[in-house]
Amino acid sequence: MALSGLEIYKLLPAGSKNPAVKAHANCKECGFPTCLAFAMKLAQKQAELAQCPYVEEESKALLEASAAPPIRLITLSADGRRLEVGNETVLFRHEKTFFHPPGLFVRVKDTQSDAVDLATAVDRYAVDYVGRSLTLDGVAIEAAGGDFAATVAAIRTATSLNLILLSADPATAEAGLQAGAHGGAPLQGHGCLLWAANPDNWEAMAKLAAHYRVPLVVTAAPGDLGALAALADQVKGAGVEDLVLDPGTRGYADSLAAFTQLRRLALKKNERRVGYPILAFAGDDPILAGQHIAKYAGFIILDRFSPAVAYPLLVLRANIFTDPQKPIQVQPGVYEINNPGPHDPLMVTTNFSITYFAVANEVESSGLPGWLLVVDAEGMSVLTAWAAGKFDAERIAKSVQSTRIAERLNHKRLIIPGQVAVLLGELEEELPGWEINVGPKEAVDLPNYLKLKWG
Amino acid sequence: MAVIEIPKEKWSGKVREVTLGATAAQGGTRSRTVTVGGETTLPFLHFEGDIPHPPAIAVEVQDRPPADWPPILLEAWGEAVQDVAAWAKAVEDLGADLVALKFTAHPDLNAAYARQTLRRVLGATGLPLLVYGPGQAELDNEVLVAVAEEGEGENLALGVCEEKNYRTIVAAALAHGHLVMSRTPMDVNLAKQLIILISDMSMPLTRILMDPTTGALGYGMEYGYSVMERLRLAALQGDSMTQQPMIVTPGEEAWRTKEARAGAGVPAAWGDWAERAIYWEVLTASTLIHAGADVVVLRHPESVRRIRRMIAALMGNGQIN
Repeated sequence: MALSGLEIYKLLPAGSKNPAVKAHANCKECGFPTCLAFAMKLAQKQAELAQCPYVEEESKALLEASAAPPIRLITLSADGRRLEVGNETVLFRHEKTFFHPPGLFVRVKDTQSDAVDLATAVDRYAVDYVGRSLTLDGVAIEAAGGDFAATVAAIRTATSLNLILLSADPATAEAGLQAGAHGGAPLQGHGCLLWAANPDNWEAMAKLAAHYRVPLVVTAAPGDLGALAALADQVKGAGVEDLVLDPGTRGYADSLAAFTQLRRLALKKNERRVGYPILAFAGDDPILAGQHIAKYAGFIILDRFSPAVAYPLLVLRANIFTDPQKPIQVQPGVYEINNPGPHDPLMVTTNFSITYFAVANEVESSGLPGWLLVVDAEGMSVLTAWAAGKFDAERIAKSVQSTRIAERLNHKRLIIPGQVAVLLGELEEELPGWEINVGPKEAVDLPNYLKLKWG
Repeated sequence: MAVIEIPKEKWSGKVREVTLGATAAQGGTRSRTVTVGGETTLPFLHFEGDIPHPPAIAVEVQDRPPADWPPILLEAWGEAVQDVAAWAKAVEDLGADLVALKFTAHPDLNAAYARQTLRRVLGATGLPLLVYGPGQAELDNEVLVAVAEEGEGENLALGVCEEKNYRTIVAAALAHGHLVMSRTPMDVNLAKQLIILISDMSMPLTRILMDPTTGALGYGMEYGYSVMERLRLAALQGDSMTQQPMIVTPGEEAWRTKEARAGAGVPAAWGDWAERAIYWEVLTASTLIHAGADVVVLRHPESVRRIRRMIAALMGNGQIN
């Protein structure tokens, strides 16, 4: 739990009971006029404790512990693919935002003859969503009685994916960890997560995780969070700091309960023993994976890869992890809907994603072709942008000119949203030779409007 | 080793229970009623409160074969879409909880037509009904007033009531003993305000379903999702005017998207059309159910089956220790 400025002050020289330390009270060596001022800056995370040369060891430990995030950040980074999970601070995205989207992994078995092909398909998969390229994060390789080491090595060589090694047998796990030779270096730390330490094998697994410097998943009997916390604490005691929790639940209701409780324990009860990201097995059920995306998983393993499933899940992840304070904007410019030709209508709207989607969707589902000019209105909706001066005649005219949309049309008619009918006169001045048409106020009425006016 | 103490929230509020439909004993002709709401905790957190009723699945039927539905959706219903009564029967056979009868705008749409259509649908299915007008104020009022009269005793849910047009619909529902569905554009305060306006007309709060509006997956769903989470948290914290069961229309929203509609000329990364389209609807619905939706209106039969399985699993025991 973060300490307040006054709590921190008590740990600094001015608040110290040790006369030798107290002698340095308000010495200004940290760059602040008083210990209290420094404490306030520390509380706001605008200063570093190291700036004070006199703080006692004991206080230092307390302050460092208080500064640690309630859910530890775990990083996997294979060649060029970096996945960070954890460090979340809220239970509901509207309270601030969810920071680190969960990694999506596809399970392959070492007995599958097409394991490398499947991993390659996962590696190559990318899909465009509002101008962003969305990708999967890796594969989970299961030791199922085949040649685990060879499978790990082959996938490591063929792809740049992050890996989760699924083996509860320490000897097999070690063979997998050794096998990940890549460019001559043993598979250490980067890009690999080991599943799992359980109450029976934890000492051997903790040794492996420490030796190979990989984060380690800890698992206990399904839903037994007490046992899970105890085991995580033991493994941490054995020197492994980077942990991930698998509470053993595999269904909907039990996972929702367990994951919610782990998140609440970490954030609201400051329960350090479970302050780690969660790993979820979604089986062959994308709907369960959807639950895990919205409700608190850090790593999600799917049993099957298919583009038709990966695409909606990646979009869901992008949506849930969108910062509610910063709405998605679409790229300003000209959007073609239903393959328009030079004679088809030209409409204009703002680059607020919801506004854009509302308009684009209506026109698209009507089947009518059209050109949609999206103006940079700093991500505001039509009326808000107009009121803020971000969607005025000048901006619209500039957009018409800079996109040179006229060259793609055989007419000069521009349809503006009914909400900004007031711009009509000004726009006619800004765009000489253009006929400005006032469209409907609501996007839902566009198809009818287009049929009537452009039929 | 200290045992973990499971944190449980002590919520003071409760979602209202709302019952749709009426059996013969209650003055209607429905073979059963459907009750939603009544939760005393967040969705499916069985360890800290009651979830007395599973979310209900309504399936949309239209009074005429839909002109703007993609073939994969139409084909899934086959011949049934040709006749609204047969369609309603197919919805019941599929295992839905509710039939959502949607009137579309066309030249034959008038009060007499609406009465006759309602009669036929009531005759074809024993499920409780939601009835939607075509979404144009004057037509909505004409259709829904006729439906309210014709369906007296059936405890229908009429909609939608929007800020600009709710009085006539609420008055008709009051006069003939029906429920209403409110709808506001993705905003906590607007949702609350409309509930207040409707209840000011002396509509009992146990006869209002609240539609906070949603976008489809990829098309603004996260706004609706967070508005729903905020409404549900407010309800559990005791804010009376947010305690209505929530209804959303993920089917309609998802099937407007290009991802659901376009079979050709799309990136290969979009994958198989039908599979992608169904998951677009299913993941929109499943995510909103996790945000607190008490009724979802769906379109594709396979989506209904998948959401049904998910709800059954979520209503199962989620006890942990």
